[in-house]
Amino acid sequence: MSKKLGFIVNPIAGMGGRVGLKGTDGQMILEKARQLGAVPESPRRSAIALKRIICIKENIELITYPHEMGEDEARECGFNPTVIGSIRLGRTTLHDTENAAKEMLRLGVDLLLFCGGDGTARDVYNVIGDEVASLGIPAGVKIHSAVYATSPHNAGDLAVACLEGSSSGLRLRLAEVMDIDEEAFRDNRLSARLYGYLKVPYQRRLVQSGKSGSTHEEEASIDAIASDVINNMQDDCLYIIGSGTTTRAIMEKLGLENTLLGIDAVYSKKLTGLDLNEAQLLKLTEGTRAKIVVTVIGGQGYIFGRGNQQISAKVIEKVGKENIIVIATQNKILSLKGNPLLVDTGEDKVNQMLGGYIKVISGFNERIMLKVAT
Amino acid sequence: MKSQVKLRKYHAPVWSEPIIMEMSHRGERGILIPIAEDEIKTAIGDAESYVPEEMQRKELPKLPELSQPQVLRHYEHLAQETLGMEENIDISQGTCTMKYSPKVNEILARTPQIADIHPLQDEDTIQGVLQIIYQLDLFLREISGMDQFTFQAGGGAHATYINACVLRAYHDANGELGERNEVITTVFSHPCDAATPNTAGFKVITLMPDANGYPDIEALRAACSKHTAGLMMTNPEDTGIYNPRVEEYVKAVHDVGGLCFYDQANLNGIMGVARAREAGFDACHFNLHKTFSSPHGCMGPACGAYGVRNKLAKFLPTPLIGFDGKKYHLDYDRPDSLGKVREFFGNVQVLLRTYAWIMSMGADGLLEAAHVSVINNNYLSKLLMAIPGVTKRYAEDKIRLDQVRFSWEKLEKDTGCGTLDVQKRMIDFGVQSYHTSHHPWIVREPFTPEPCETYSKEDCDYWAAVLRQVSWEAYTNPKIVKTAPHNAAIHAINRDVLDDPKRWAMTWSAYLKKVDNNR
Repeated sequence: MSKKLGFIVNPIAGMGGRVGLKGTDGQMILEKARQLGAVPESPRRSAIALKRIICIKENIELITYPHEMGEDEARECGFNPTVIGSIRLGRTTLHDTENAAKEMLRLGVDLLLFCGGDGTARDVYNVIGDEVASLGIPAGVKIHSAVYATSPHNAGDLAVACLEGSSSGLRLRLAEVMDIDEEAFRDNRLSARLYGYLKVPYQRRLVQSGKSGSTHEEEASIDAIASDVINNMQDDCLYIIGSGTTTRAIMEKLGLENTLLGIDAVYSKKLTGLDLNEAQLLKLTEGTRAKIVVTVIGGQGYIFGRGNQQISAKVIEKVGKENIIVIATQNKILSLKGNPLLVDTGEDKVNQMLGGYIKVISGFNERIMLKVAT
Repeated sequence: MKSQVKLRKYHAPVWSEPIIMEMSHRGERGILIPIAEDEIKTAIGDAESYVPEEMQRKELPKLPELSQPQVLRHYEHLAQETLGMEENIDISQGTCTMKYSPKVNEILARTPQIADIHPLQDEDTIQGVLQIIYQLDLFLREISGMDQFTFQAGGGAHATYINACVLRAYHDANGELGERNEVITTVFSHPCDAATPNTAGFKVITLMPDANGYPDIEALRAACSKHTAGLMMTNPEDTGIYNPRVEEYVKAVHDVGGLCFYDQANLNGIMGVARAREAGFDACHFNLHKTFSSPHGCMGPACGAYGVRNKLAKFLPTPLIGFDGKKYHLDYDRPDSLGKVREFFGNVQVLLRTYAWIMSMGADGLLEAAHVSVINNNYLSKLLMAIPGVTKRYAEDKIRLDQVRFSWEKLEKDTGCGTLDVQKRMIDFGVQSYHTSHHPWIVREPFTPEPCETYSKEDCDYWAAVLRQVSWEAYTNPKIVKTAPHNAAIHAINRDVLDDPKRWAMTWSAYLKKVDNNR
């Protein structure tokens, strides 16, 4: 039976970027972008990806939405797609993306390939969660989410590897769906949230050759990090556990309830708070020693200020720099390509305080020295 | 650059050779051991009584049962299916240094005076062997500047593990081990410089490269503290770039009370040129098979010669070889020693080959070997950089020493053929597939050739011509590269099993268990 590839294009993604509009969420902004002469980015970018997939055309069924939401690009690249649903030409909204994803999930696609930005990833996530493998072709103005391939070209190659199912080194992992509040962004205020995780394929850089040691598998490595943190936990100290899959492993290893997207707290290896906000964190740290455990969120290297704003500048200041524990797998560190870690607490003073080198826990008794940019 | 080299036709014999465990027939034997004669029985008694009861097997070991010709045929087939060091231009194994081992030294290593000595033989009857080990120690002291060597380690990683244990013993003796629990290394050092201190109980802190490819010295300074037990690093690192500021790294660690270990498994680029002592290091090691010629041992019959300054000598494993001016002896009376790390005196045949090689080369010869290695490497680098799709990372204009970390990232972007594809295709031209990198996730699509002094200009030309051909194929007919190898004993395999704990098996009985469980 041939594999099914779902293909959704957000036809307006990326339009704001070149005309300086920081995103195209919202009908008014879209009109403005058009008036400013914006042209869609997604048709061109999704075509690049599709051209990489054409080599397995005979072995897959491409399922897509009408016209500008995928059909046009598919036909242009030489596919004979199965077209479902209906749209109002030139008037598509996020509901069309959601409906398309919903229908494709029902049809049992093996991979859902979507082209857009952070908003598109959110729309897809709202419908499919981590039920089916999905992957983004980057075209949006904002790409904070880690669910996008590094280029349209790579998105195509990953899709082929995923659908052929025989490529060595191909894995699925949970990757962050992040988005910022566009209205705040246009007012030059940044407020990014972690919305959830999609299950995306990724090609491990290489399989280690036979003569050297074992390879780091993402899961084993997250498990080792959790063991290290737990091994060094002190009894008379509050541990504020940040959001994300890496930090979640600590809670799971301790057998504690936790929130993937929220901030939890642990004292003497027992749960003392779930999904805490800034005020609750400040209250909990009254009169006790505390440590903060955070990981790198998304693909850009932020450890504070993206997806964990509850751990505010005030909380960080109170806990102190020496009590901040940063954990990240080697894969995640390498995905930063040598760039430093970033912080954006909203307070310059606290950002400055966090600058300099830190020892990031990357395995059991393993640390990597990384710089935090100020 | 147009190639003048004519590529050879090559095809490996294909035997579809099974695993020897699958060839077993119950009851078949290679040797039938005769029953002892009565006279011997009377003199010796029951042979089983010599084995302590708790060590006696209750059931027979599950060994393959085959006759002699079957065993011989099996291993001949395997040898034919393999591209060995002696059949091909083995420039491919960068960082491992495939160096020619002169055949005359093999003959020496097989003489009864070496091959047949018993490890418990009286010292008086093995004075020649002890003298060779003793003098080899003196040679390596001269080459490194260290004060005492041990040859106990069965390989390079074993030597770095001994170093980690020496760090532990040294800080323990100073009463500081509780606090000094961190060892610093660099990501482009050999992975054993991280793995062995970790195994010895240290936290390991890794430094990433800066924009020039050197380990970030500011990160090192930030990592140094009262918790620092030591630094374990290579130089040149796997990139082949010599770090001229290495003394500053050593000083930063010494300033906080740590020790510095120089991983010199591969000394080819600087043998006779620069010494660990002058760079300030407290200890170093040489993989004798990489630098001083001896067959590679695969975690077994090799030797990681480990040398230290005087202040650390008392911790070295036993025995060391002593000389009182008249007689050589095995010195076991060393109260601060780590103790035994391997049986008896280590792999003496490797030491003999090394001794013979150094004697035949002389001091000038060792220096010349280093010079030729560096010239070869830079010549090959010029040839490779002219091939479409090849790039090298970091300090492009800098002269490299013994090896270079190249990248096929551009080829991969242009054609979809990455380093693993090239690696499989080059075998079709009778050249061993190359080593990519110990850390293939840093420099993308990497490969690391090392044309040490063994190889001639023609060898370098041929090796480069093979890669030029594969690059040309990738741009014109990528399918032939993607589906390679076509002329090897085994064709393309799925590499996923290599890192899937659910599917790999290190032994036959583990394999049988997994097959059983998957039923």
